[in-house]
Amino acid sequence: MSLFSFTLIFAMAALSLCLVMTGIRFAIGPTLPDRITAFDLFVANIIGIVAIYTELTGNQDFIDVAIILSLFGFLGSISFAYYLMKSAR
Amino acid sequence: MLEDINFLLIREIISSVLIIVGVMFMLISTIGLLRFPDFYIRMSAITKGATLGLGFILSGMGIYFNEPDMLLKVMLIIGFTFLTSPVAAHVIGRTAVRNKIPFWQPTNLEEFKEYLRKEHSTHRDHQRDNKHL
Repeated sequence: MSLFSFTLIFAMAALSLCLVMTGIRFAIGPTLPDRITAFDLFVANIIGIVAIYTELTGNQDFIDVAIILSLFGFLGSISFAYYLMKSAR
Repeated sequence: MLEDINFLLIREIISSVLIIVGVMFMLISTIGLLRFPDFYIRMSAITKGATLGLGFILSGMGIYFNEPDMLLKVMLIIGFTFLTSPVAAHVIGRTAVRNKIPFWQPTNLEEFKEYLRKEHSTHRDHQRDNKHL
């Protein structure tokens, strides 16, 4: 195992730790906007994991998943905020 | 002379350094999400640190593959993320102010008081609707 693949596996482990901590904040978040920002960070972490997995396997098809995921993360957080503003009025 | 250089090794080293820096930024911003006392401070930690870390990770991957279409896709993801993350943070923050999410106690709200009163008085008669928040 070369140093390069060790670096990539270490980066994936650190991002998985990030996912666990974001899940804790998603569970205990006191208000609804806290959960929306936790969801935002969730999507960003998964884009990073997909990018590192693409580099680890060398298969270039996986990067399209990251493009679609970055589109849908923005749509999700915007629609959550729009629904919250509608329900407040 | 130019044939003696191992370009694959140089690319791997640059990519590893960029990925480690990006992962450190993401780890620090996630610890900030877990530890900060207030919704608004937490959102500032997310929207700066995580976006910068994602940009570092993706540019490291684009340098490793060394192909034009890969670089184009990476630039597309980075541009889209850097464009949409502040917009989403602004919309969620304005929604939180309008829904009366409480501030942290030591926050200095002296210059912000006028805007807060205007925002809250506009929606006073619907105060009973967002009790569930």
